[in-house]
Amino acid sequence: MSEHPAVAKLKGQFSDNVLDVTEFRGETTITVKKEQIVEICTCLKQELGYNFLTDLCGVDYLGQSPRFMVVYQLYSIGKHDRLRIKAPVEEGDARIDTVSGVWGTANWLERECWDLFGISFNKHPDLRRILLPADWEGHPLRKDYPVQGPDREPYQGRLS
Amino acid sequence: MANTDIMTINMGPQHPSTHGVLQVILELDGEVVKKATPHIGFLHRGIEKLSEHRTYHQVLPLTDRLDYLAPMHNNLGYVLAVEKLLGITDAIPERAQVVRVLMAELTRLKSHLVWLACHALDIGAMTVFIYCFREREEIMNIYEKVSGARMTSNYFRVGGLSADLPDGLEQEIKSFIEDMPGHIDTYEGLLTGNKIWQKRVMDVGYISAEDAIDLGVTGPSLRGSGVDWDLRRDQPYSGYENYDFKVCVDNGCDTWARYKVRLEEMRESCKIVQQALAKLKPGPVLADLPKIVLPPKKDVVNTIEGLIHHFKIVSEGFKPEKGEIYQGVENPKGEVGFYLVSDGSARPYRMKIRPASFINLQALSKMVEGSLIADVVAVIGTLDIVLGEIDR
Repeated sequence: MSEHPAVAKLKGQFSDNVLDVTEFRGETTITVKKEQIVEICTCLKQELGYNFLTDLCGVDYLGQSPRFMVVYQLYSIGKHDRLRIKAPVEEGDARIDTVSGVWGTANWLERECWDLFGISFNKHPDLRRILLPADWEGHPLRKDYPVQGPDREPYQGRLS
Repeated sequence: MANTDIMTINMGPQHPSTHGVLQVILELDGEVVKKATPHIGFLHRGIEKLSEHRTYHQVLPLTDRLDYLAPMHNNLGYVLAVEKLLGITDAIPERAQVVRVLMAELTRLKSHLVWLACHALDIGAMTVFIYCFREREEIMNIYEKVSGARMTSNYFRVGGLSADLPDGLEQEIKSFIEDMPGHIDTYEGLLTGNKIWQKRVMDVGYISAEDAIDLGVTGPSLRGSGVDWDLRRDQPYSGYENYDFKVCVDNGCDTWARYKVRLEEMRESCKIVQQALAKLKPGPVLADLPKIVLPPKKDVVNTIEGLIHHFKIVSEGFKPEKGEIYQGVENPKGEVGFYLVSDGSARPYRMKIRPASFINLQALSKMVEGSLIADVVAVIGTLDIVLGEIDR
């Protein structure tokens, strides 16, 4: 399969930022540094027509460095083309700039990512928890958060 | 000092017109909404977290509980995502694909019937509710015969279907779908020309195409703003490219436009169901992939290979190679997608659900601010939200 047009564009314009490009099952994923994520997303939206942010989420790769990935699923209404952008985020500095100025959709999705992963979004207009109560402690989708809830022993399987 | 001109009132989570447990804090100046802040999460069950601790087959029943008005669509999105991750999309038998489309479109009808019933009831048109639920009951009966359950169907499987359609059901679906356009005429007869209905929905909940795209609105709510986009046509899955149907679009951008789009979609769904029935040929409903697909019960009890495969799949599950994929499907409410990350083990390393209702609900504030408090109920209805999917 030929290279995705966005790859050449990003490599040309943000050559220092592109960390990795992968193809899997016909889908292209571009990993970029987090520092210029807003500029990269603006470029993808305005110059390559990715006008629709389908989804935004975090992934916790516990044990690896950097620990988190913020994943942006982009779509172009018009070209009917999908593209995935990922930006690594360190555990010690779990923050990244908000893209809610580029796509309004990102507002709630980034709140959800903050709520469940504890990744903070700089300059976000309204960064509050969204699914969990405001006084909840911890971020449940982190891999070191037990599935059966906080302060419980890890599940050992059924005894009977 | 507090602003005495603005009154803050609470709507929900215990409110009959919020379609579940949605809370909206409304700041009012007289009858005009100045600000609307939705609060969600009352139904959060941690489905994404739970899925990381289950094998791929075991995650499927959880997806029923997302949009519980369209369970088979969630099943479809999930199985297509896993099949894409495994790279077995081309191995799905023809009959299974046709039955998937058939059931998905019946589900769309079912979901839209609940939308119309509740939307009309919220606004004060009681009669439509009774008629819609009469037809919905027939689809529920079909559901029950196909999957054994009326709501949580859990019918599709990675690799095909859990079972073939029971004998005689095709005829039943056929007679139901022949009557359905007449029923839609009845609903339209009750509402479309009704002056009260028109006054309550025309120019209410306006959202322009630019704002809708910016806020990520999908499905009929987006097509009601004049954006011609439907995943069934634009990124076809499960053989949708072989069906002849129209994508319904309306430029009105208001509740009236979205009402017309959904009614038109119901008629198109009837056509797709009829085409699917015509395409239905006898054949297998499960792919021939013994290491992935659960074998039929008769093979499990009669053959040693069947028993071994069953044991291995149930006790260990299958292990897709390392990678990540996204698969979106056109649910009745909008685009529902599954983002799956595999680390090469038998459980999803991460499963992110793209919930259509969650993202559509984000547009609520924009659509109601500046309008009357009575219109908030109409806008919640027209967005067609389901809290099971919003809160996950």
